[in-house]
Amino acid sequence: MARTTRLLSGIAAILLIAGCTNYYEIPIETPIKPKLDVSAFQRVLVAGFIAGGTDDVDGNLETTRLLRSQLRTKSDLRVIDTDVLPLMEVANETPGTPVEAKAEPTRATPASDGEGREGRDAREKEGKETKAEPKGEAPQAATPDKPAAIKDPKDLEPYEHIFADVEYWKKIGEEYQNPLIVTGTVMFTPHQRSGIVQREEEVYDSFGRRRVVPVRTYMERKGYILQPKFVFIDGRTGTVMHSENFREEVLYNANQSTPALSSYFELMDRLIPSFLSTLSSQKIKGTRVLLQ
Amino acid sequence: MRTRVLTFFLVLGAAAAPLAADARADAKKQVEFGIAVAQRGLWREAIYRWERAVHIDPKYAEALNDLAIAYEHEGDLNKARVAYEKALEIEPNNALIKQNYELFKEINDRTTRKDTQDGQDNQTP
Repeated sequence: MARTTRLLSGIAAILLIAGCTNYYEIPIETPIKPKLDVSAFQRVLVAGFIAGGTDDVDGNLETTRLLRSQLRTKSDLRVIDTDVLPLMEVANETPGTPVEAKAEPTRATPASDGEGREGRDAREKEGKETKAEPKGEAPQAATPDKPAAIKDPKDLEPYEHIFADVEYWKKIGEEYQNPLIVTGTVMFTPHQRSGIVQREEEVYDSFGRRRVVPVRTYMERKGYILQPKFVFIDGRTGTVMHSENFREEVLYNANQSTPALSSYFELMDRLIPSFLSTLSSQKIKGTRVLLQ
Repeated sequence: MRTRVLTFFLVLGAAAAPLAADARADAKKQVEFGIAVAQRGLWREAIYRWERAVHIDPKYAEALNDLAIAYEHEGDLNKARVAYEKALEIEPNNALIKQNYELFKEINDRTTRKDTQDGQDNQTP
């Protein structure tokens, strides 16, 4: 009897609380202001990147094309379409270059030949424009191959002085009518990790009933790490306005075969909103609960 | 003498209770109207109503919650945070306010991290 009373009073309390609280779900859009004030610029030049890591993806060309295409559709700035700048060559020619980097000069190839088969396939699939249209005379309209030396983020350091080369960027700025310049470094490296992973497994009991139970297993997994650094340069003065480092990684089962380019786009997809929110205002959609 | 003081406080308490109830009733009307206009997309008007509700009854957690949502929608994240925190101070166990605040924090943390981390790593595990 006492147990029944307790149960009934519990139900009554829940009903009372539910009845007293009126709530309404409402969709909201939170506007996020851009981090950089780019109102002074009408044009943006994604100049190119110093890239390293796996040979399966050309980090320089793919990142340049992806950012240009995103900025074209999701920002108010006019995107300058031109060949990718050979930043590694430029870095080699300017002071501050290490001896070993100078000893192995990079081979320059035209931008249209610099991409792999995977890159072309992916773009054909997405219907993206692949042909670069040079406007005016770029200082060096060619794309270097990645030197084998850049396999680790530390290998990028000797080249990073190029971003502080005010004179060089000012010259590029004059060439393209003082745009906002986007450049930086991109490391895309394969990696593998083994350890305990929790996954769900279907089991059937003696009555044939299906159940899903969590199972912890030791697994070998492999994937990629993407570490881009985006540098924003004022084309009028050649100075760095802002820079941001990112790191994303993805792991797959060792028996799963995922093309490097697919992983690259998967990881870049995660970073693109943060990149865009630096330049243009974004709206984040969500739902909240209004209370009475 | 003691009896007189006791009587005075009893009378004061008895008079204050209906006043508080009146304030809540007035504030509730404002909140209801605010919800109705917010559902029609008139967020500025909703803010005005919910600000009035909080002015009338500063301990009205639900009004503070609604106000926080409206500030969020307008992109005023600092005001939204203050309002959410006041609401949770009054009703720390309100699951719905907590849920709204957690969702808000996700966005707010992202923007504040952006503001403070020039040149630092921005990592997602």
